[in-house]
Parts: sequence; C-alpha cells; structure tokens
Amino acid sequence: MTITLNNRPESFAAETMSIARIMDEKSFHFKMLVVKLNGSLIAGESWPKTVVRDGDRLDIIHLVSGG
Amino acid sequence: MTVIQNITSHLSVKKAGIAGAGGLGSNVAAALVRSGIGHLVIADFDIVTKANLNRQFYFEDQVGRPKVEALRENLLRIDPKTEVTALNSRITPQNAGDLFGTCDVVVEAFDRAGEKQWFAEWMTRHYPDKPLIMGSGMAGFGNLESIHIQRSGNLYICGDQRETDEKQVPLLAPRVILVAMMQADLVLELLLHQRPVQNI
Repeated sequence: MTITLNNRPESFAAETMSIARIMDEKSFHFKMLVVKLNGSLIAGESWPKTVVRDGDRLDIIHLVSGG
Repeated sequence: MTVIQNITSHLSVKKAGIAGAGGLGSNVAAALVRSGIGHLVIADFDIVTKANLNRQFYFEDQVGRPKVEALRENLLRIDPKTEVTALNSRITPQNAGDLFGTCDVVVEAFDRAGEKQWFAEWMTRHYPDKPLIMGSGMAGFGNLESIHIQRSGNLYICGDQRETDEKQVPLLAPRVILVAMMQADLVLELLLHQRPVQNI
C-alpha cells in the first residue's frame, strides 16, 4: 500500500497495517505524540487496532517539551 | 488605503488566543500586537523569573510578577489600543472553552510536552475547525535547517520536533524566538486568508 505519511508518499509491502506497526517500522518512538488518520484524531489506546489502508493520510506529530 | 493599512485594518477585528506566556507565548504576543491584532487572550499561571529573561519578552524589573500581568503591560506599551484579556491561572479542560472558544485562531505555547498533548487533543476534539498553531522542538542553537512547519489540516506544528536532554541543551533566545515568529506569521497567514508569498 502507499499512504501519505506526514505529507510525503510512503510505500509498505503489506496491504493494510495498524498504526502501531507503521510507527514501529518508521521508528516513531516518542512518548508524546499526536496521531491523525485522514484528519481524525486517534487516541493512543487505538493505535494497535486502527487499520491504515492504501491511499490513507497519516500524520504523526512529535511533541517535545520547551517553549 | 495602503497595503499595510489594509492588513492592520483586517487584523484589528480579529481575536487570537495564546495558551502560555513563556518563551513562545510572550514573543508571539508582541509580534501580533506590532502587526495590529485587535484582541489577544492570554493565559498562564507562572511568575517571571530571572532565568526567563534569556528568551522571554520580560524585563528585569518585572521579576517576581505574574507573567500575564507583566506581559499585558509590555504589550500595551507597544499599542495601547490592543484589547488584552489576561488570565493568571493554569489552563485546564474546564476553562479552555471559555478562554479560546471565541478566538479566530489559537497558539499553543506551553512548556511541557504533556500539556501540549492534552491541549492538541482537546482542541482537535472540541474545536476541529479552529486553527491550532503549536510549537514543538526548539532547544539549543544551530541546525536551523531542521526547523520546519508541519501542516495537518487545521493543526500546524512549528519546530524541529526533536527531543533533547533539557540539562545538556538549554532553551536559548534565537531558536525559541524564531519558532515564536513562525507561529505569529502563521497567525497572519490564516487571518489574512492568504497563501504564503511564493518566490518567482
């Protein structure tokens, strides 16, 4: 499947993947993250069970202290 | 009407919310007042300390005073016509709606990642159509190339999004103020309904 990950096209061998698996494969390992799938906020407890499909738009934002 | 008069007249009827009056919030506020924003809503529970003066828009004689009170004073010295609503209190899910519900755009300017996270989720749930401009990752110096804007619908994130060890990599004026100015410029872009000027 090919998705738009953080505004860039990104291809994976699998047909569908959970958000958690994509985060693992792409090494998003921050403690504080905001995740949006096709514009909708996805809470942390739903990352393992939320399925991402071809053509989806996934945004993963790192939140870092300081300001 | 000149172009600058046109811009300030557009901004004079707009209301921007700023969540936090530290390095990001205090500098965003100053830039927006200079640009001619009509109404600012700012909330923070903290007081000005000497350590804040390396990057925040405060002065030594304001150490010990509530940040929002000192900031209001500084902003009104730039433009006394600006309406500044200042709340000297912690922002919580209980008061966030009253504070920011009527703002045209909201700037997230918290210090802690945990606060940034609940606020981003809360705003996205309760006000999905309201633009939220966040700051994430601006410690240290150098490597400005890594600072960027990530656009995700109505959510905008300014910074390098890189985690650093706070004890080894302090917050310093140039990178913090740079990210604050990116946030302030995005406020103008959104309020003036203009795309960024493209280089030809």
